[in-house]
Amino acid sequence: MKTKKILLGAFAITAAVTGGLLFAADHIDSPNVTNQPNDITDLYVFRGENTANLVFVANTQGLLSPSATATKKFDENTVIEFNIDNNNDKVEDLVIQCKYDAASNSMVVYGPTVPSETGTRSKLEGAATASVIVTSYGSASPITATAASGIKVFAGPRDDPFFFDLTQYKKIIAGTATGFLPAGVSHDTFAGTNVMTVAVEVPKSLLGAAATLNVWVETKKKI
Amino acid sequence: MKAISIKYTALILAGSLFFISCKKDSATVSATVYYQQQDQMGRPAINTVFIDAAAKDSFNVTIPTQQASKFGYKVTNTLTAFGYTMNALGQDKAVFSGLLSTDVLNVSTTTKTTFFDGTNVLTGRALNDDVIDVELLLIFGGSTGASNPQLTSDNVGSNDKAFNTSFPYLATPW
Repeated sequence: MKTKKILLGAFAITAAVTGGLLFAADHIDSPNVTNQPNDITDLYVFRGENTANLVFVANTQGLLSPSATATKKFDENTVIEFNIDNNNDKVEDLVIQCKYDAASNSMVVYGPTVPSETGTRSKLEGAATASVIVTSYGSASPITATAASGIKVFAGPRDDPFFFDLTQYKKIIAGTATGFLPAGVSHDTFAGTNVMTVAVEVPKSLLGAAATLNVWVETKKKI
Repeated sequence: MKAISIKYTALILAGSLFFISCKKDSATVSATVYYQQQDQMGRPAINTVFIDAAAKDSFNVTIPTQQASKFGYKVTNTLTAFGYTMNALGQDKAVFSGLLSTDVLNVSTTTKTTFFDGTNVLTGRALNDDVIDVELLLIFGGSTGASNPQLTSDNVGSNDKAFNTSFPYLATPW
């Protein structure tokens, strides 16, 4: 614990000295997790094609070039956890947990279920509710699975859906430009790059009766 | 004779495997495996824009109920540095920094889900939402949204690949 704290401090000092102001969805946001399998790049939550469902998308390991994507894997010791607060107290009432199983090359889903403890430490809750073989890079079509409950799951590399002229923004922050470039000249810094995606589509009936949810995604590493 | 010895070897093998798996079971059966938080996000770009480099890692492991009290002042300071007074939603600095510093994504279960589409505000985040322009407009656009026009849109309005209408919706990788 002490070692961890010291390490954290060292990282923070390095970051303070070398780190500029970065701006992306959550890509490359912190020294401890950058380029690690637990580095979250983005969270999306939206209605499914069937509007009775909500889709939860967590993207990790951003800015992957096509050649780097082929060898990327999910980490067996990392849980990607969607946290859902349905009474607006900003504490998770339900979790959807996704953990990679190397032996079966599958992404295994637990929940949505009430967690046995809230906060920064978790264990896998209950029995698996869905699982899917990870779609490999170069596969023509995504492998998806649908459980009897209606939960759908996908895991594998996808085009990064995030778009932003990060390069120009950095120039503005650095004081070498006064504004963004006009359309046609501006450039999506994330064009041509991939992420490792986990997508879970859930019937709203499994998420309680609240009209509004607060959602956030966490990565948690085995201790 | 040969068959018997193969059988015998197989039995021994099976026995030793059984023994190994027994040992393994007894070692792991009582220990619950826990996972400790490393990274988190709710809305796009909150940690990356408003939290300084030295505090990013600690923000990433701070639960949402404690984010405003621990990091709210950093959000306020950044808004001050940006010359912020009011946004197009009529939120003054205190209200806006309060909203931003608790980093959760609001999601409606009853209406269209979008970060902002001109009508619905913060009811989710769809793949094609131009979240950066929404945030730039709210941060730099002033009370009418017309201030600092050179800073309120990056002029990148869509993704470089089309999304699909069916699960999993995201495009195939490059």
